[in-house]
Amino acid sequence: MIAVLDFIRESAVGDLVAWQHQLEAARRFSLSPALVEGIILDNGLLPARYQRNRQTISQAGQRELFHSRVAVIGCGGLGGYIIEELARLGVGTIVAIDPDVFEEHNLNRQLFSTPDNLGQYKVEAALRRVTGINPAVTLIARQTAFSAENGVELLNGSRVAVDALDSIGVRIELADACSALGIPLVHGAIAGWFGHVTTQFPGDDTLQSIYGAQKSCKGVETSLGNPSFTPAVVASLEVAEVCKLLLGQGTPLRGRQLAIDLYSMEISMIEMHESDRETG
Amino acid sequence: MRVTVKLFASFRTGRFEIETVDYPPGTTVADVADVLKLPRNELGIMMINSRHVKLDRVLDEGDTLALFPLLGGG
Repeated sequence: MIAVLDFIRESAVGDLVAWQHQLEAARRFSLSPALVEGIILDNGLLPARYQRNRQTISQAGQRELFHSRVAVIGCGGLGGYIIEELARLGVGTIVAIDPDVFEEHNLNRQLFSTPDNLGQYKVEAALRRVTGINPAVTLIARQTAFSAENGVELLNGSRVAVDALDSIGVRIELADACSALGIPLVHGAIAGWFGHVTTQFPGDDTLQSIYGAQKSCKGVETSLGNPSFTPAVVASLEVAEVCKLLLGQGTPLRGRQLAIDLYSMEISMIEMHESDRETG
Repeated sequence: MRVTVKLFASFRTGRFEIETVDYPPGTTVADVADVLKLPRNELGIMMINSRHVKLDRVLDEGDTLALFPLLGGG
């Protein structure tokens, strides 16, 4: 470990370690690029790819992100953008959960879908993409449907869960699993020009407040569909929430729901006061 | 009884953004949704004066009712 650290320190320019030197260190000392990234970050240095993160995320913050594991439930419209942004951000381990294969009607919006990979599993496409854009990130592909039965096992070890599902009923099961594990859940949902984002903290019943009465219903996306830009907007807001939660900085959407209307270009903040329980 | 109704997202299509309307005493959230032809299964967040309410909640003079459609896509 001393030898690899010496090699990294000698190749660093200032505190920046270029990707070619990270790869060379991995090759010379028979380590994975991820292990080398950990050594770089644990010793006060920064992989050069993150230098433009710097005014936003400190070196210590970048290290924190690398040592974090985040679960993304759903690898479709929201999930594709979420996984892409988490990988570029430098989150060290991403658990990608989705049972489905790409179909032609996904091509209008799902970031990892291409005409060439129709019929292939979404989590496999996510793995190829993440390996391509940031080989120091470990993506754990779980080709399965999230449910109340497997939820806790799938999320175990993750610091944050990110909702990219397309089913209200499964979202409630996800919220329950997050409560059982005591981890925050960043929630997003979309339909047409519209979306919303909020974060449920352990002990809160945020998703029950939003969906409780309608948990067996489909949303208006069944009639409105989903264009390319709405998932990109909502996914980016979700990743900003994840970043703050992992760093313990900023003000997350706790007890507040951001409602996005891209048709009127209006963003509304809904303060989620206690539900009016005494009525019905 | 004067009630201000605010509609959001797709509920505005063919309706309005905000209107103050006279309703008879005893009107519930469900009654307003029915008058506006908002399908029950499309109702998402419903709030009176910024507090979450359910369909059977009876409105009072001066209330502001906000209705959002149910969003579930991903």
